[in-house]
Amino acid sequence: MAWFNELLVSALIVIGASFALVGSWGLVRLPDLMSRLHAPTKATTLGVGGALVASMVYFLAGNGTLSVHELLITLFLFLTAPLTAHFLAKAWMHSQRPGDLPQPAQRGWSTFDAGEAEREAASDQPRPPPLSDACGSSASPPPASPSSP
Amino acid sequence: MAHPSAPRPTLLRRWFPHPLLSLTLTLIWLLLINGVSVGGLLVGLTLGIAIPRLTGGFWPDRPGIRNYRRIFSYLLLVMWDIAVANLQVARIILFRPLASLHTRWVCVPLALTSPEGIAVFAGTITMTPGTVSCDLAADGKSLLVHCLDAPDPEAAVRDMKERYESRLLEIFP
Repeated sequence: MAWFNELLVSALIVIGASFALVGSWGLVRLPDLMSRLHAPTKATTLGVGGALVASMVYFLAGNGTLSVHELLITLFLFLTAPLTAHFLAKAWMHSQRPGDLPQPAQRGWSTFDAGEAEREAASDQPRPPPLSDACGSSASPPPASPSSP
Repeated sequence: MAHPSAPRPTLLRRWFPHPLLSLTLTLIWLLLINGVSVGGLLVGLTLGIAIPRLTGGFWPDRPGIRNYRRIFSYLLLVMWDIAVANLQVARIILFRPLASLHTRWVCVPLALTSPEGIAVFAGTITMTPGTVSCDLAADGKSLLVHCLDAPDPEAAVRDMKERYESRLLEIFP
């Protein structure tokens, strides 16, 4: 039984490590920052997951105790990975000012659009009525605001 | 902090402004010390009462959750999708020629309105197959998503909305 546990733990570590390696290789191979962002947010989740499950199995089989720290690491990872990706993407948008973004129908993306109060102060025009489709195409100009009644 | 003229909240409401947060903090403390003991439970309860009370001014309203049971099925679905996403992204990184990738931005119109719901939706999009959510429209009605490989942008948007947002709409108001 002991060798089976060792085999299981080794297999989990090797699987996890290969996913981490693939994630790192993605960082090298993919051409631009936004594509590279996909590699560490996903391929490494299973990499870390494999190592954590291996750790749980090891302590369960070796000491007979259920170790739950690994679940917490998973939880914190799932909370922080989307946040870091989001901040990296926002920083990239600020530094590159990409022109090929699809535009939402009414207001710009919050990275570029000023707050509600500043916008209200800047113009006395009433806001355009809400559209059924929230996303306009990037080619069409924003809808003209109706004349005030 | 509450407005001075607002009616004073009840004792229970003042000590437990967010009962779920109190419970979660206590549970996380027990997980952190890796075992259940009376001392650990007391420290956990102290944290669970103190932190929501001290930070309660920042979120005066409790997030409305319609259906607690659906949270678990949603978690299972997302866990499964994350495992699949790992395999898909690994395959793209290893075997696909870069020129054949349809990397593009898509704009996802949101039906969700609660901030908690939108946050969970955006986090799910980031953790699942080939998509990273990047920005929210200033009016909170659309989400900017970067797709690693989306040959058909409309199908990608439809998939995200049907698979995750429709389920989240049943959880968050």
